[in-house]
Order: sequence, then C-alpha cells, then structure tokens
Amino acid sequence: MISSFQHSMDQKFIETDILIIGAGPVGLFAVFEAGLLKMRCHLIDILSQPGGQLTEIYPKKPIYDIPGYPSILAGDLIDQLMKQIEPFKPGFTLGERAESVEKQADGRWKVITNKGRVHVAPVMFIAGGLGSFEPRKPPIDNIVSYEGKGVDYFVRNPETYRGKRIVIAGGGDSALDWTIYLANEVKSLTLIHRRTEFRGALDSVEKVRHLAASGKINLITNSQVVGLEGTDKLDNVLVRHDSEGPSKLEADYFLPLFGLTPKLGPIADWGLALERGAVEVNTLDYSTTVPGIFAVGDVNTYPGKLKLILCGFHEATLACQGAYNLVNPGKKLSFKYTTVTGIEGLSTQDSPS
Amino acid sequence: MIAVTVIDREGKKHEFEAPTDMGLNLMELCRINELPIKGTCGGMALCASCHVYVQSDHTLPEQSDSELDMLDQAFFVEPNSRLSCQIRLTDALNGLTVQLAPDDAEE
Repeated sequence: MISSFQHSMDQKFIETDILIIGAGPVGLFAVFEAGLLKMRCHLIDILSQPGGQLTEIYPKKPIYDIPGYPSILAGDLIDQLMKQIEPFKPGFTLGERAESVEKQADGRWKVITNKGRVHVAPVMFIAGGLGSFEPRKPPIDNIVSYEGKGVDYFVRNPETYRGKRIVIAGGGDSALDWTIYLANEVKSLTLIHRRTEFRGALDSVEKVRHLAASGKINLITNSQVVGLEGTDKLDNVLVRHDSEGPSKLEADYFLPLFGLTPKLGPIADWGLALERGAVEVNTLDYSTTVPGIFAVGDVNTYPGKLKLILCGFHEATLACQGAYNLVNPGKKLSFKYTTVTGIEGLSTQDSPS
Repeated sequence: MIAVTVIDREGKKHEFEAPTDMGLNLMELCRINELPIKGTCGGMALCASCHVYVQSDHTLPEQSDSELDMLDQAFFVEPNSRLSCQIRLTDALNGLTVQLAPDDAEE
C-alpha cells in the first residue's frame, strides 16, 4: 500500500477535485463516495500513515458498531478502507500539516502544508477528527521560546545531536529508544523520568539501566524538568527531584518526549464558524459556513451530532453530493447503486476531470 | 443514586447525584454536566484528558496498565491522580470527591 503514496509525496504542486484534510476513517471513506461520482481526492494528514486515531491511538481495539462487522479491529478497518478506495487512486500527503488555506482568483482553494507543498482543489473536506496530533509539551513556562533553539519535541535528524550535551525527558518507548540510539553519538546524555519505574518495552528498559550502570548515560529518576535557561539558545535545564530538590544541568538540547496529543490547530484559524472547537455544518450536505468547504466526522457539530465512525460515513456520503455541483458546475447528478453500476475505478490521480 | 463532588479548575464545587445503574463512569458524569473535561479517547484510557485528583479516601477500581501508561506520560501527576474514565460509578463510591487536573493540552 505504501508504494502508492510515494507518487504524490514527490510532487510539490498537487491538483485534485476534493482535497481532504485528515486521513482517518471518514476521510478515507469520502474517497470512495467521491470516486463513485468520478471525483478525484487527495488527502493530507500530519501522521505518517493513514487511519488517524484508529492507527495512532487504538489499532488493536475492537470496534463493534460498524455495520456488517460484528467486531473489527480499528487497524483492520483502516486496512479494509484502504482496499475499498484503492480503485479510485487517491493521492496522499502524509507527515505534513495543512497550514494555510486561501481562495485563488479562479475560485479554487489553495492549501499549503508546513513543508511548503501546495494543493489546489475546488472543494475541501475537513475530516480532521480531533485535530492534528502534536507533541505533548511539558508545562514549562518559557519552553516555547526555546523551540528551535535547543528544544526539540521530535528527533528529526539524529546527526544534529552528535557531540552535543543532550537531556531527554520522558519514560515511554520513544524516550527510551532515543536514549539508547543517541547514547553513543553524543557528548553526554541525561535521561530524566518522573518515576523510578519505566513503562516502555522491557528490553529497552534493561538496555537503559545498563547504559546508566556503565556510566554511558546519566539517569535521573523521580525528577521533572521545571525550567530552562539561556540567552540566545538553551544553556541549562533546571531539574527538580521529588525529595532532593532543584539542580541544574548544562545542555545544548532538551528533548521532551511525552507522546502525541490531538489539537485542532490551524483549522481554528480558517474563518469557519466553530462551536466549542468543532466546525458548524448544515446537515443538508455537511457544508460549513464557507462555500466550498465541507466538514465531516468528529471535527463537525450539528444538532444531534454523535461522534461515531458510522455517522461520519453518512456525512461524507452526503458531502460528496454537495461537492459534485461545485466540481462539475452545470452537470446534473443521477444517483446510482453500486449493485447496478459496480465499481469503475479512476485512472491516474491528481489530474482533475 | 450516589453523591459525587467535583471541584473544577477554578476551585468551584459541583455536587452531583449520579445513577449507579447505567454503567456511567466519572468522566462521563463530568461531561454530561458540561464540566470542561475533554475525554478525547472516549474512555479507553488512551489519552489523559480526563485526569483528576481523588480527594476522598474511597477504595477505587485498580489501575489498569493502560491507565498507568497514560498517567506516566501526563503532566501535573500526583499520587492521587486517576483517569476519571476508569472510575465506574458504583454504590460504594457515595460521597466521592475529586478535583479536575489542569488541562495539559491547553495552549
């Protein structure tokens, strides 16, 4: 499946019929319904794989309210959806966040990601679910001012840290894995964890304990990072031990690795009417207050809204009917059953009809 | 019905009468009553957005591995921290008092 993403990941400029923000179950199913109406789709998601929270948060949890499946694992549902939409050759921009939206002179939407990739389409579906999954930032007052100046929430390029003094905070797999990986590359590495026990994979915990025992890393437990210091860039990390009190560590980089948490993010700034962080829609076709932009799935709200995948599928189906008139001005849509017409796939992606 | 007290982030006390025959958990009780608790994952102990501090000394359901995992990654964690979605409301919890933990996803 992954190979079919590559094509679009190489392109800097992407044109399609419906641009879908969010590649969760509802965004994926929208591709199917759009495909039946011969509309092409391209999806943007901040996560590096499709599936949204189903693959990111609970891939192994069974879901019991998908019609036709007495029980299906969340991860399997995504695999099935990917198979179902395959004939319609959707494009994917993964690992990037849809940052800005503007209306072009020709009436189409232009969406630029945080990596500068440009997407143009007459219709946009916001299927952003809970929002984009962003790193959890520890509650340290001035942490934002050191972002890019010594504070990194992801390890993007391990080379950056070669020969430097690194402080990692966290007790999960990501903190442990990067501690093990970077231990031999850096000048010094301190791992700070709030408790004594680690909850990461046993094998990783043992490796980290071994690194600490042999003096390769400095392991500080029962402690939290409470402050950061430095004038132009990070110089010191302030640590507070539960019983021994505060101490100070010299550091070039501080990597707080506390997992991901969903945030509505830039969607909140796109000029759509919001109610308690959800996008208001008209249930006729799940259109938002901005013509040409629809919102489906957990991200929208309307009287009677239920945050169910089942309901999101319905919403996406009706939104495609609404989108048809915008993608194909003047054309009349005739409703067809798949039992009558079967599935007629689309050939190449990203060249609008 | 049991009495449950929830103290919000501004320190205001909210007293609720909660049914114990509906399989309701504490996170759901808070949400029904429109307290600012997100419950992002819907009660699977897979986020920490329903983090509370338990102030009364009731015997609570044991913490599952996934709850411990989540609290491990959360912030502002104290010895009396719990994920409220993992506390099913039963008759034994009459008089339960909890306080909402700070929202760590707030920007």
